[in-house]
Amino acid sequence: MKGAERIDALADLSPGSVCQIVSLELSGLLRRRILDLGIVPGTLIRCIRRGPSGDPTAYLVRETLIALRSEDAAQISVRTLLNGEECI
Amino acid sequence: MCAMMPTRSLSEVWSEAEIVRRSYPNSFSDQMVADIYGNVEQITNNVLTKQGSKRYLFDQKLDDLVTSKRFGYPLMLLLLVIVFWITMAGANVPSRLLASGLFAFQDQLTLWFQWIGTPSWVHGVLVLGVYRTLAWVIAVMLPPMAIFFPLFTLLEDSGYLPRIAFNLDHIFKKAKACGKQSLTMCMGFGCNAAGVTACRIIDSPRERLIAILTNSFVPCNGRFPTLIVVSSIFIGGAVAPYTGLVNALVISGLILLGIATTLLISWLLSLTILKGEPSSLVLELPSYRRPQLGSVIYRSILDRTLFVLRRAVLIAAPAGGVIWILGNIYIGQQSLLTSLGQALNPFGQLFGLDGFILMAFILGLAANEIVLPILLMSYLSTGYLQDFTSLEGLRSVLVSNGWTWLTAINMMLFSLLHWPCSTTLLTTYKETGSKKWVLLSFLIPTMTGLSVIFIFTQCVRFLGLV
Repeated sequence: MKGAERIDALADLSPGSVCQIVSLELSGLLRRRILDLGIVPGTLIRCIRRGPSGDPTAYLVRETLIALRSEDAAQISVRTLLNGEECI
Repeated sequence: MCAMMPTRSLSEVWSEAEIVRRSYPNSFSDQMVADIYGNVEQITNNVLTKQGSKRYLFDQKLDDLVTSKRFGYPLMLLLLVIVFWITMAGANVPSRLLASGLFAFQDQLTLWFQWIGTPSWVHGVLVLGVYRTLAWVIAVMLPPMAIFFPLFTLLEDSGYLPRIAFNLDHIFKKAKACGKQSLTMCMGFGCNAAGVTACRIIDSPRERLIAILTNSFVPCNGRFPTLIVVSSIFIGGAVAPYTGLVNALVISGLILLGIATTLLISWLLSLTILKGEPSSLVLELPSYRRPQLGSVIYRSILDRTLFVLRRAVLIAAPAGGVIWILGNIYIGQQSLLTSLGQALNPFGQLFGLDGFILMAFILGLAANEIVLPILLMSYLSTGYLQDFTSLEGLRSVLVSNGWTWLTAINMMLFSLLHWPCSTTLLTTYKETGSKKWVLLSFLIPTMTGLSVIFIFTQCVRFLGLV
């Protein structure tokens, strides 16, 4: 877990890559929903797939598949992990 | 040179602390949640041993297909057509058997009534009115429901429905609505009242209202039989060898039209009375499950089929009696029913329908299930139906009352796009708590439907196609 690199937005992740949540820039109800799902700073999250028209993207968090819109995922900053493949 | 120390009261310190705290509004709660999850993670790691991820791989492969660019949308369409094809092909024979059995029993009932010596009006109200309408409702509705609901419950149980929402969210976002609206629409296939209640899953109040107001654009179970019968008589029947498939395609086309209307109206609402930008979507995609056959049958037959049938029967029985009475009270030369039908007729004709159809839809406000039975009862209150059991018999009744293919299409369109039933309106009131939204949920589909059939009818007539 040492291959920490740069800070990205979750929305920029391409399917297959794994990263670690750094902070949530969301507010209000959505922020609470995201926290409730266990997407908290430090959590590992893997981008799984994009929808057929490319927009909602499914992420694997704590063995649960959760779809987020790109606008919302853009407000979650993450740290990409190089050796992430084995982490999740 | 001793500078005076600023005297700081406790409240000053507190307000300063408050400023600092507010400048990091979220970090504290974030840390709390993160800690809670940290603890949970630790405990889970101690207690749980994980097995191989075979299941997960299977889910992945299925998702690769179901949500793929190439197959995602066609697969949804294919499933839609298949479900309706199975429903219609399977319902055909049982419907006919039920009809012949129930109408044979009507003759027996008539004999019994004669044997007891009841006055003819009692026989009329109870047998020709109440019993005959009930027989129609059951024969027309029960078989398609008993096939459609288990199929739908299978899809629901397997975990496919959230994938539909996942696939369609992009389109709903363009209409400035929520992708979960596709789930509430799926519920609407069963019953619009249930669909309106299901709108609770949508977080944003604006998007929830949009979903509630547009739910009735999805044909509910009470309307399917009408669509199926009319399509079978006038469209499927015209193409003899592939009747079942053609009907399935027609119904699927109508549903697509309903979905398109939903999106269009959602978008228009977002631009006008429910102004706003699309909010967020957090959608969980659960893993696929093998449906439990027992629970599928139990839930679909007992909870849904019999529940809906019971509601239809409770409303159809008195309605049948009332229709018979209206058809047999004469003022001058005409029965009350005929006068009512004729009063509505000019208005109906303007929209390519007729007075009786409009009346059936108005009475159908109580429950959509009774629209077709009421319509047939109205046509038959003066005439006599010789062949109860075949579509050909029904066709001749409708044609002799002036039906053309245009009437048939308008009937289907208006069935798809008209006011929600009273139960749905009541549910809308409960969910929104405001009469204004109830009124709108009545007016929006009605105005949409009337405009569509008006324009369609006038175009067809102008082109001289009928």
